[in-house]
Amino acid sequence: MVDVVRSIAEEYTRADIPPFSPGDTVRVHYRVVEGNNVRIQPFEGVVIRRRGGGTDATFTVRRIAAHGVGVERTFPLYSPLIEKIEVIRHGKVRRARLYYLRTRTGKAARIKERRRPAGSYLR
Amino acid sequence: MIEGLLGRKLGMTQIFDDAGRAVPVTVLEVGPCVVTQVKTKDKDGYEAVQLGFGHKKRLNKPMQGHLRASGAQPRYLREVKVDDSASFSVGQVLDCTLFEPGQLVDVTGWRKGRGFQGVVKRHGFRGGPKTHGQSDRLRAPGSIGPTTTPGRVHKGKRMAGRMGVQRVTVQNLHVMRVDPSRNVVLVRGAVPGANGGLVIVRHAVKQRKRAAATTA
Repeated sequence: MVDVVRSIAEEYTRADIPPFSPGDTVRVHYRVVEGNNVRIQPFEGVVIRRRGGGTDATFTVRRIAAHGVGVERTFPLYSPLIEKIEVIRHGKVRRARLYYLRTRTGKAARIKERRRPAGSYLR
Repeated sequence: MIEGLLGRKLGMTQIFDDAGRAVPVTVLEVGPCVVTQVKTKDKDGYEAVQLGFGHKKRLNKPMQGHLRASGAQPRYLREVKVDDSASFSVGQVLDCTLFEPGQLVDVTGWRKGRGFQGVVKRHGFRGGPKTHGQSDRLRAPGSIGPTTTPGRVHKGKRMAGRMGVQRVTVQNLHVMRVDPSRNVVLVRGAVPGANGGLVIVRHAVKQRKRAAATTA
């Protein structure tokens, strides 16, 4: 019973999403529909959260926009509107939810880079 | 034309539609249903078919007799309306291809039992005030009627009691997808009842009425 539901949900997941985790800097290429045009809008920032499993998994990216205004966007991980996700930098962080970044700006909001050969970490 | 089919609620999940939007869906196993009896205007006074769904290992003698002609051993038997009983025969098997993506359906199920519940949960009463010197009034029903005249509580006064386990129909649910290989129909939104519970999926009444009005 549950297997049928799960197998249907799996059909809506994607295999082409690269592995990434909180603290990583990513660029999300997101399709935006404007009238009849479809445009690709990149959104680059730090992943501060990943949540959920299966088709309803989402992740949140935080970026500092003009005038130091923080902008956070939450994307469904398997959304067909995501053209691709580029992992730009792996961050070294010690927790899964990086909400503390919201209260920090400038130098204090830096994340150390994690330098390890690709694939040596889990996920 | 048959009004609908029997099925089973399998559970809920989320899918993405053509526009890329995330849509909550209920997965329903619909059919295959076996026609176990045909009711005609001449014999029974109305047109309908009795459908069987699911599988039961052991049947008692009267049921064996009733189902001999169809050769099925269904767990559930329910009647469903048809326009023309002549086009159905006992033993005929109907599947979920009756429904197509984009159409609307009504889904009937048995609401989950909630046990003995107070008036706030059961009837949506607001309860009493939390402050201003109140005690023990937070979820109270308030006054239940006048005094000496009539000297009793009116029949039908909404009070605490057993809640749930009622037959509930949800109208106009979008069919998102039909998968005949797994006998599965995906319907947008929630459906009454527990996972594994019997549901009756029908063509939406309101859509049928509208279609009848435009053709007439």
